[in-house]
Parts: sequence; C-alpha cells; structure tokens
Amino acid sequence: MATKVKSMRANVDAFGRDEKINKLSPELLKRMHHLMVLDRLMEERLIKMSKGGEGFFWIGGPGEEGLNIPLGLLAKRGQGLDYDYFHLHYRSGGIALALGAQVIDTIRQMRTVATDPYSRGRNFVNHYAIPEWNIMPIAPTIETQYSTVIGSAIAQKRHGGDGISIVTGGDAGTAEGDFHSCLVWANRPISPLPILIVVTNNSYGISTPFEGQHGEGDVSNWSKSFPNMPGKTINGNDPVESYLSLQEAMAHVREKRSPYLLEVKTSRLNGHSSSSGGNRVNEPDCIKIFEEELLKRAIMKADDVEKTWQACREECDLAHAQVKTEPYPEADDIWTGIFVEGLDDTYPKKGGS
Amino acid sequence: MANMAQAIRMALHYGEENLGVTEIFGEDVGAPLGGVFTATQGLKTAWNTPLDERGIVGAAIGLGWAGQRPVAEIQFVDYIFNTIDLLKLAGNSLWCSGGRVPCPIVIMSPTGSGIHGSVYHSHSFDSIASKIHGMKVVCPSNSLDAYGLMLAAIKDDNPVLYLMPKALLRSKGAELIPGEPGDEKLLKEMIDAPVGNRESWKPRWPNLEEYIVPLGKAKISHEGTDATIITHGRMAPVCLEVARDLAAEGFGKVEVIDLRSLIPYDWNAITQSIRKTGRVLFINEETEISNFGEHLFRRVIDEMFYELAVRPRLLCGKAVPGIGLSPVLEYASVPQKKDVDAAIRELLKEPA
Repeated sequence: MATKVKSMRANVDAFGRDEKINKLSPELLKRMHHLMVLDRLMEERLIKMSKGGEGFFWIGGPGEEGLNIPLGLLAKRGQGLDYDYFHLHYRSGGIALALGAQVIDTIRQMRTVATDPYSRGRNFVNHYAIPEWNIMPIAPTIETQYSTVIGSAIAQKRHGGDGISIVTGGDAGTAEGDFHSCLVWANRPISPLPILIVVTNNSYGISTPFEGQHGEGDVSNWSKSFPNMPGKTINGNDPVESYLSLQEAMAHVREKRSPYLLEVKTSRLNGHSSSSGGNRVNEPDCIKIFEEELLKRAIMKADDVEKTWQACREECDLAHAQVKTEPYPEADDIWTGIFVEGLDDTYPKKGGS
Repeated sequence: MANMAQAIRMALHYGEENLGVTEIFGEDVGAPLGGVFTATQGLKTAWNTPLDERGIVGAAIGLGWAGQRPVAEIQFVDYIFNTIDLLKLAGNSLWCSGGRVPCPIVIMSPTGSGIHGSVYHSHSFDSIASKIHGMKVVCPSNSLDAYGLMLAAIKDDNPVLYLMPKALLRSKGAELIPGEPGDEKLLKEMIDAPVGNRESWKPRWPNLEEYIVPLGKAKISHEGTDATIITHGRMAPVCLEVARDLAAEGFGKVEVIDLRSLIPYDWNAITQSIRKTGRVLFINEETEISNFGEHLFRRVIDEMFYELAVRPRLLCGKAVPGIGLSPVLEYASVPQKKDVDAAIRELLKEPA
C-alpha cells in the first residue's frame, strides 16, 4: 500500500546524503529555498484573501513546493515545440513561479480583477494559462490534463528536438480514465510519447484517504504494466530528492522520447481547499525540513533565512496593495473570447426574450 | 459525382497538402480500413488510435493548443457522450484563458439515424453540441458542401465539430467538387481502396482546388415565396425533394434553407426568408425537448412575432430514449418524407 507521507520525512543524516546535496550548488539551493518561501507566502496570502472576502474559492499547493520549485527550475522554458509543455493541475503555483511568473498576477486572479493575465477574472486562482511558456490552460476538472498532454507530446514526437510534455495531477485523480488514457497512449509500441507523467500523492482526494480506495498501492506500480516506462516513487518533501529525480526522469524522456512515471509523496498543508477551511494541518513541512538542513550545513545562516522570509513577505504585501487598486472586469467582457474572431451582430446576447 | 465520404476524404487530402494538417486520427481511421465509412481512406497522415474516445479528444485539444491543426474522428457520434467535458474544455479554453489560448481543432463524427443502427448507432448530437459554447458546429447535406465545410473547419481558428449525417455518407453529390473528375467510375478507381489486400495500394488524388463554404452561412437550396423550411443535414435533401414535388404539383412555392452551420447559425438568412413568406417550419431529426430547432423557434417568436402570418412549427424526432431497430420503430421516431410532406402542406394550408 501507499506509504504515508509522515513516514517519509527526509533524514538529513541518511547515508549518501552528502553526495546528493553536493550535486546542487549552494546558489541553486538558496534559489530553491527563496522560491519555496515565496510560493508558500503567496499561497498563505491567497488563503487570507479568500477568508477575508477578497475573492472566493481558494485551491493551491502549500506542501508541494518541494516538487514544484525544482520542476519549474529544471524545465525548458519557451514557446513552441522545441520547449517543454505543461499540462498542470491547480496546485502548481510553484511551477509557475519557478518558471518566472510573478506573485502579483496570481493575486490578481484571486481577486478576479480585469488585470488577471491568466483568465481575466474568469477562473479560480492557481489556474494558469501562459502560452509564452507553453503552460496550457489549467482546468478545474480533475485529470483532463492527462488526456490533453497526449496531444502536445504527439506534436513534439513528430517535430523532433528534445522538448517534452509534462503533466501533473493528484493521487485521487488517477482513478479517472484520463490517467489510463495517458498511460496507454504514452506507451503505444508504434509510437511512444515524450511525457513526464507526474502524480503528486498527498494521500487524499478531498476527504477520502487514498489507502482505502486504491488497491494498486503506489501509483508508480502502474509502470510495471509498461516495460518501457520507468516508474519511481520519491519523497516530495525533500526538494533535493525531487530535483535529482526530476533531472533523471527528464533526461530519460528527452533522450529516449518515451514516458516516465514519477510519483511524488507530498504533504497537503492546508487541506484540499477553502471548502475545507484552508487551515494548516499537522503534516511535515518541506520548507522547515529544508531550512534545517541548509542551516545545519551552513549553506544559509539564520539571518539569511529570516531575510528571505521578510523579502518574500514584502513582495506579497506590495503586490496585494497594488492589486487592491485595480478594476474588476466590465460586464460586457463576458462576450470576449468566445470565438477568436469575435461575435457577429446576430449572436444571441439577450439571455432570453 | 463524389459521394459524401469521398468528398470528405478529398477535403482532408487537400488539408494535408495545403492547410497544414499533419494528424488525422481516430479508431480505425488509418490503414487498412480508412474509417468505418471510408472517409479517411488513403490519407497519408491518417493513423489508428487506441479505442479511447477521451484520449482522442484530449489528444486533439493538446495538439490544437500546441499550434497544430488536427482532425480527429469519433467513430460514431453515439460514442462521443463520454467526452463531453473534454469538448467543453475545447470550447472554453479560449474564453477561460482570457482570449489567449485558441484550440483550432476539427472533431468529425457520423451523426443521426437512417442506417438501421439501433440504439447506439443512430443518435444525433446536434442539440447537445449547440450547448458547448465556444465550439462551432457544422453539418453538411451534400458532397460539395461537405468538402467546402471541411476546408473551412480546418482553416478556422476555433474548435469545430463536424457532424456527418450517417445516412448521407454514401449519397452522391449533384455538383462537382473543383478538381473532381467528371467520371465517377474514374474517381472510384483513383481514390477508393480495393477490396481485399490493400498493402500496396496508393490513391491517385485528383488535382483538387480550394472551395470554402464559410462557417455560419446557410444556403437557399430551393427558392420560394409561400413558406420557409429551416433544416440541415440528413433532413435537408428530404425537404428539398418535397419542395420540388409541391412546386411541380402547384401546391406552393416553398423556400428551403439548409443551415449547414448550426453554430454560428445564419440568422440573417432565416429572418430574410421568413419576412418574405410569413410562414416557417423547422425540421431536423433531433429529439423534441431542448431541440436546437426549438431555440430558433423561440427566437423567431421573440423577434418576428408580428411578421408571422401563421403559427410557426417544428418537425423533429420523438423524445424517446433510443431509435428502435425495427424499421417500424425507427420510422415512428424520426421524421420521414411523408411526415415532411404533411407538415409542409399543413403549414401552407393554414389561413393567414
């Protein structure tokens, strides 16, 4: 059965740890730490806004920073088939930040203002769409991204190069048919696809424990049915392990042009969403664990850590203050974006008689 | 003259050669079969997928988002129901992304009854499709329109659901497609795969030309001044035949408007004709209750009530869960020529 996150707390003194962490430069480790903190504080700000009536539903990724930041940093960012495509779920703010997204834009989406660059005030927060970096529209539907990822991977396979398609989603969603569509299509012997299939396993689907619903055990066990697709389960609360595993998995997909299944055990630090309160729960905190290690190894000093938190907090404060001055969409904006060319005068717009 | 399946095949070939189509896929779409209705036979970019409609639609969306122009087939529209949330995604990705991520894909699928297909090979999807806002929906009634609509659908920057009336896929066109040889036996020799071993067979494509039927433009297939029939797809040739019969009989001059595009629909063509005749009958084979024709009916009442000479009418399928296999059951469920004839006569006879 799936291993509980609680038992996977990173052991900083484990054998081989020095060798692993030494593969990452101190600058990179500090950069990862900074982005993880920024991501966490952004999410906490979003939760506060949701509770305070500045926006509505909140859903996001506190607890997944240990995966999301390394993933964003390692990906090949750009537009078009030569770069990586992202078919993400709604806990991927850290990936967007690591790719270069700005905190203020996510806050704009939370407040549903007209300046929200991802959806113009139309979609839930953390539902990114950034075509310049191949971040495809994130949908609130569960698991459809595992079907759409097939398409960009087909295009990349035909195109050549080393661009890959990356999909992320949760453990509960793997019960949906789309997950199995992805596995089958990615592993067609006639044309395997360059897809990095990531599943973040936080042990729950809203309130339902994974263990009681999934007899297959680890999600990565699905790789046993597909001999040419490696599968691995890692501790996503350890950003170093995430980084190195993602590096290995991405290299495989880029070079072999065939899939890799990576299951990442993570915490879910604020529950499913604002629908369950959005309050902090008692699960391992990847940032706290990472900080302890950085301090112990003297990669960062306590003062540096505090400065990082302070700088990120100020960035969120400034962004929030700015967004509060920005306008909401005009009502007539509902008619934009239905068809690329716009609507003609005969399109029914009255909403009835 | 090319039949509708051949016309669609030739349009897809034109798309491969001239419009940037690099992926045509679906269940049994590639060699050796080339589609259960042969609409994709011999195409160089056609390939077979797993038996997975969600994967097919999802793949098409991902390709469209990645800047490609794929054409995907759902083998029968009866199988499309388990992809509705993905079709919604295709339709809403532009809107949800604030206008930034278009989805220029074509999903083609045989629709409707008329092949004794029983419960799961006779469905129509027209009305449900019209509720997937952001997606365009077209449905040809003849070979030339099938060709021109497919080219327009491929070129369009929005998702297009291309519904192929099952019962018409073998019907021959009355007009030549630009570039099509006049000898239909020659066309068959050139582009139809032989029966039996096809391993070494390659089509010889005619030198086809571009012909576009603009999306959103209806066609007046029969001019008249006494009554207006608004129809599409499989019912369009039936309405045309009845209109010709009635004209020959001297019973009335009926104008038949073949919508061709359901979304967006040609409201100007509808209103102009009704202004001329004062009488209108909507005919399609979809079931009653939230029928697409009911929307047009309501809009005519709202916007043209005082221009109508008599009450408007709708002739459509019966609101039953399926089309029964026995011909008696099918004919009782879906409008037949005699029903069309009776409905038009009644419309013409009612005193103003």
